[in-house]
Amino acid sequence: MTTDRITDRTTAAIDVQDLHKYFGANEVLKGIDFHVGTGQVVCVIGPSGSGKSTLLRCVNMLEVPTSGKIFVAGEEITDRDADVDQLRARIGMVFQQFNLFPHMTVLRNLTIAQEKVKGRKKDEAVEIARTTLAKVGLSEKESAYPAHLSGGQSQRVAIARALAMSPDMMLFDEPTSALDPELVGDVLAVMKDLAAEGMTMMVVTHEMGFAREVGDNLVFMDDGVIVEEGDPREVLANPRHERTQLFLSKVL
Amino acid sequence: MASPRQRAARWRYVQYAVLVAVVLTVALVADWGQLQRAFWNWELVKEQFPRVLTIALKNTLIYTACGFAFGLVLGLVLALMRLSSVGPYRWIATGVIELFRGLPALVVFIALSVGFRLAFPAYEIPFGNLGIVTLALGLVGGAYMAETIRAGIQAVPKGQMEAARSLGMSHGRAMISVVVPQAFRIILPPLTNELILLTKDSSLVYILGLSLSGYELTKFGREGMNSASNLTPIIVIALCYLLITVPLSIVVRRMESRSERAR
Ligand SMILES: Nc1ncnc2c1ncn2[C@@H]1O[C@H](COP(=O)(O)OP(=O)(O)OP(=O)(O)O)[C@@H](O)[C@H]1O
Ligand SMILES: [Mg+2]
Repeated sequence: MTTDRITDRTTAAIDVQDLHKYFGANEVLKGIDFHVGTGQVVCVIGPSGSGKSTLLRCVNMLEVPTSGKIFVAGEEITDRDADVDQLRARIGMVFQQFNLFPHMTVLRNLTIAQEKVKGRKKDEAVEIARTTLAKVGLSEKESAYPAHLSGGQSQRVAIARALAMSPDMMLFDEPTSALDPELVGDVLAVMKDLAAEGMTMMVVTHEMGFAREVGDNLVFMDDGVIVEEGDPREVLANPRHERTQLFLSKVL
Repeated sequence: MASPRQRAARWRYVQYAVLVAVVLTVALVADWGQLQRAFWNWELVKEQFPRVLTIALKNTLIYTACGFAFGLVLGLVLALMRLSSVGPYRWIATGVIELFRGLPALVVFIALSVGFRLAFPAYEIPFGNLGIVTLALGLVGGAYMAETIRAGIQAVPKGQMEAARSLGMSHGRAMISVVVPQAFRIILPPLTNELILLTKDSSLVYILGLSLSGYELTKFGREGMNSASNLTPIIVIALCYLLITVPLSIVVRRMESRSERAR
């Protein structure tokens, strides 16, 4: 459909090829070709139920694709023999509902996977955790439990938890949708910093401002297909497809 | 006509009146001298000590603790098997759970002590009676706890497993570090109830034929009752059971009201 896509797969952080996903008889993804270059920020928008989350969750195999291939950092994660756990450790993921581990302190939330998955020594893990917490502005919360954090703080801790694994790329599934409006800014600020540092990011979002300001590419999905993609300012200002126009007229 | 409020008050008076009448009747009609002679002979009470504590209570606690510990491990294993994607694991676990939930604990004790000896004459269950008690109580308790633990694991939000997996943890690692610890918090009250039930079931060890040093509370009380032809020893051991179970009940109620408030 689009010809301005980067076709050099060796520089691709995420490369999705002809992805189909069924839930039972329900075809939720109907042949997706999708691409995120290294260091790029790609935002995915679309109406509820269009398959945005499913696409994102296929990238780290939380959902198993029915057919198609997905390459992550040059390795095929959909390959039968792929070490999915090791690949996931290189893909940070941030959920709408935070999903912090409630029985662990903030610091432990950040160190456990470093130790158990990456095999880092405790001291090293703690040091990295503290550096990462400082980055999201929550150093003073390291011994707090998640129940005592606000939504905005929880989501920043969740981002820090993913970052502490030193991932190659980050996936975000509506990271600000569960937050009170006044807390959205803090989380977006952290994400902007990340983007400025050159982190590869795939962001499912309803924050058009973020997409316009930070995104290198904007993808509009509807009913399991990518309807339109391109430069965010261009797509938001002059949507070419009727469905995109209809969607944007509702949310803008 | 009386207002609903007056009627409610009147109904409350009736309830108090019935209560007072019953207490008075019991107090006046019962033969208190006879009762005390039969149930609370001070000389016999004194005779129970200190052995009722140093032997009987101690053994009840040991049997229960060993049975509970084994049952907990077994219950966790059975619960994980029940949730496994491997069919045979699920079937085996279901079979074991249904078998030992459905059998009276006494039958399990007999099967283990007599049956084992008949079936494998060359072998012995290690640690003698303690081994048999641990196995029997553990099997019965574990079968119940397996279902409780499974429900607890399923009550942990799905996002927890997903977050753990997205960090690169294997399924097993995520279970051990993330899901199971949260499940146990949810099911602490029913598990404590199971501990109370096992405390009482530990009395079934009498079927094994014990020497004095192995007596637990019930056996100890029965022997005392038979030799003194008096019920006092039974009352003493009954109080010992309550000494264990009532504090546990209080702990359970605390936990339940706390988790209610946390909601
Ligand atoms: N685990 C599942 N089992 C069955 N159907 C599912 C499952 N997950 C998602 N679906 C269905 O797949 C479709 C796409 O869902 P998805 O969550 O990807 O949409 P979305 O674009 O993220 O929507 P939203 O903006 O509401 O988050 C929906 O129709 C949904 O009902
Ligand atoms: Mg979604």
